[in-house]
Amino acid sequence: MVRDALGVGIAVGLSGFAFGVTSAGSGLSLLQTCALSLFVFTGASQFALVGALAAGGNPYTAAAGAFFLGIRNAFYGLRLSQLLALPRFLRPLAAQWVIDETTAVTLPQPTRRAARIGFTVTGLTLYALWNLTTLVGALGAKALGDTDAWGLDAAGPAVFLALLAPMLKSTTERVTAGLAILLALGLLPLLPAGAPVLVSALAAPLVLFLKGRGGTTTDDTTTEGTKPGEGR
Amino acid sequence: MNIWIAIGLTAVGCYLAKLLGLLVPAGVLERPLVQRLAALMPVALLAALTAQQTFADGQQLVLDARAAGLAAAALALVLRAPFLVVVGVAVAVTAVARALF
Repeated sequence: MVRDALGVGIAVGLSGFAFGVTSAGSGLSLLQTCALSLFVFTGASQFALVGALAAGGNPYTAAAGAFFLGIRNAFYGLRLSQLLALPRFLRPLAAQWVIDETTAVTLPQPTRRAARIGFTVTGLTLYALWNLTTLVGALGAKALGDTDAWGLDAAGPAVFLALLAPMLKSTTERVTAGLAILLALGLLPLLPAGAPVLVSALAAPLVLFLKGRGGTTTDDTTTEGTKPGEGR
Repeated sequence: MNIWIAIGLTAVGCYLAKLLGLLVPAGVLERPLVQRLAALMPVALLAALTAQQTFADGQQLVLDARAAGLAAAALALVLRAPFLVVVGVAVAVTAVARALF
């Protein structure tokens, strides 16, 4: 189990490198890049923020997009809270590690003790590696010079696509994704930078509303909500 | 300065979201509609972000080397390649396409 936890930690920690490169390539300083990994520490939100800033979005719309992506962690925390039964004073500390991967490792553990070990080992490994590789990536990007010439501007969208792919389980998810893409690209020339992505988030409630009106024939998703491990 | 504002807001917002789950009593966030919306929201955002960062140049829609890179990444995903390979393929194909055309 500790090996599993370490494995997850190492594999995902390495993608911090991709973030460091992307962030530096988007024009953020070394300090800003490292501050994001230290204090935000949830990959999809970090990539979204630097992407929005690079596209010229204002800080508020950029932060809003990143925040909406981070909301899913609240639902992970809810499940972890019951399993880990942490003392109240530890919760503000443990909260920073409540992300996709720690949840994916912790939830299947058979005992409370195993869950706590899984959560701690994954959290610690991931936090250390994510921040270290962010630093290395940001330094590497500086050394590379023009990051676009190396194709590194494709790293951000590729990360999003890799996160999105396992979520497209049923028609509901696919329709939502399609509608969000249409809204984002259709509104791109019309709205200020950053706004189209936020408006596209409305695809989610819209599809749920239409599905609710369409009755039960449309599809098959469970009501379990966000599953751990499907985000970054 | 603007960048620091964005970083600060994101850090505080994301941390509070994480903490909220650990602190609120079970039941509040367990309503099916809230759960489904929370599950579907990242789908919409990630799809929109992928499209925007692939086809946008400022406020204009463009088709450039990034599209080739993303197509390669999609293929890698279909072939169940690991995360880092998917990103690596996208970067490499984009760089090659940009050098060639």
